Amino acid sequence: MGIWNKHFECMERSELKRVQGDRLRDTIERVYFNVPHYRHKMQEAGLAPENIKTLDDIVKLPFTTKNDLRDTYPFGLFAVPMSEIVRLHASSGTTGKPTVVGYTRSDISTWSEVIARTLTSAGADRNDFIQIAYGYGLFTGGLGLHYGGEKIGASVIPVSGGNTTRQLQLMHDFGTTVLACTPSYALYLAEAIEESSINRDELKLKIGVFGAEPWTENMRKEIEQKLNIKATDIYGLSEVIGPGVASECCEQNGLHIFEDHFYPEIIDPETLEVLPEGSMGELVFTTLTKEGLPLIRYRTHDLSRLNYQKCECGRTLVRMSKCLGRSDDMLIIRGVNLFPSQIETVLLEMSEIKPHYLIVVDRVNNLDTLELQVEVDEEYFQDKISQLQSVREKLQYNLENATGLSIKVTLVEPKTIERSEGKAKRVIDKRNY
Amino acid sequence: MIIHQLSVFLENKSGRLSEVLDVLGKENIRITALSVADTNEFGILRIIVSDPEKARTLLKEQKFTVNITEVISVIAPDEAKYYAKILKILSDIEISVEYTYAFSTGRKSVIILKCSDNEKAIKALKINEMELLKASDLYKI
Repeated sequence: MGIWNKHFECMERSELKRVQGDRLRDTIERVYFNVPHYRHKMQEAGLAPENIKTLDDIVKLPFTTKNDLRDTYPFGLFAVPMSEIVRLHASSGTTGKPTVVGYTRSDISTWSEVIARTLTSAGADRNDFIQIAYGYGLFTGGLGLHYGGEKIGASVIPVSGGNTTRQLQLMHDFGTTVLACTPSYALYLAEAIEESSINRDELKLKIGVFGAEPWTENMRKEIEQKLNIKATDIYGLSEVIGPGVASECCEQNGLHIFEDHFYPEIIDPETLEVLPEGSMGELVFTTLTKEGLPLIRYRTHDLSRLNYQKCECGRTLVRMSKCLGRSDDMLIIRGVNLFPSQIETVLLEMSEIKPHYLIVVDRVNNLDTLELQVEVDEEYFQDKISQLQSVREKLQYNLENATGLSIKVTLVEPKTIERSEGKAKRVIDKRNY
Repeated sequence: MIIHQLSVFLENKSGRLSEVLDVLGKENIRITALSVADTNEFGILRIIVSDPEKARTLLKEQKFTVNITEVISVIAPDEAKYYAKILKILSDIEISVEYTYAFSTGRKSVIILKCSDNEKAIKALKINEMELLKASDLYKI
């Protein structure tokens, strides 16, 4: 199996550390002088750029969170003038406002590079047909994979998400060899193939590149068996760059982080202390080369552990374990991030219902389903069916507007949703990871 | 002539209706008329009982969502043409019927109507010599 960039992917770790140190110093200098928000945070911590001399000094720096992005919405953390920004993406934020990310021309080139590494490590090359069934648009999945696919010289099929019938037709007629989508959609497609008139032997599919949501080894086995492909886990988040932060190699034993661009740390989400090598904790990233939106010690809230041992595949890059948990209450529904607070905001804006709710997440036929149970307001209740139904429809519409997800609303009797002191249980996730 | 009907919001769960009736049954509350409107996800139970205020309090204590809705009641021979006539009287003066249900007692039908304007409907029905029932009449049936 090939390696796209042997120089960086197989670099001696001492040499890599030197490169990372140089790039960190450069990044700190840029954010200190170009981003007031970062400068203030560093000054509050009593830090100036000259205090960050080596990579080990990184622990002195304050963390960055989604709140920093929200407080500086939309472009406040950008470190270049807008004239240098050539692309904007956005993902849903915690309280209605999206998280905005900006890329310079050089960032787009970096992104293509790390996706080229991702696709190569999954076993793809210029002879492949890559069907990209991640959503295109503001979501980073589609376009992220797209540019990397072109970079390795493969034939890219930008079909975007959904429309299963067309997915199968193109897969069959074009001879797709690589499928890129969420793992749950891959399983859904596998079942659609079984039900269709297409025989698996007529398809040339051999590789899957799956990410944007957590999935277990069991799910991998099921996908690999049903689609008869090798399924590769990829990892990324739009704030850091999008897909392309880390990827599995042929060994399927952890995801190699492209450390020359993204420096990882594992912290205790409670004490915020950096944990010893090999500990399970929250993944934190510092971008080392990004120009548009550099991030310093960005808290991902994804739980993982790091393995620095050299991999059988020849790469020296650190491996992170599959992310299966979160240190906050974010849900990932069909690859879309959802915070319960987004739903709460919508409910608080509607006087007809009480903001007591329960989110029930399930997976039916390999697609995530979302049900929102809300209590009918006793004062608002009258005996008209049409009135209750219009409340339901209005809520469903407002929720879709705010979250981008279609959510089934069920009206329940008042006071039936469990009240608890302190943090109420707002989510029941029945999916098995 | 206004009759106080109880409306109870019901989740679509088995056993909910019988729970309502249990609560009322224990206190010897009589039910004159009952109807359930349902959708895929929820239903509304509409009942006319001997003591609506007491029934409401009892149900509220058991955490049901209850409202009192004003309806009117007409008694007429149990032939379709009389029902049709009542509806015609109302539609002629542009009163819409939000819902209606009925039950028969021998040769006569008791019709319950929820109109867009109950007072106006009462007047119109009286002018047309329809026989309206008072709450106290209804409970005696």
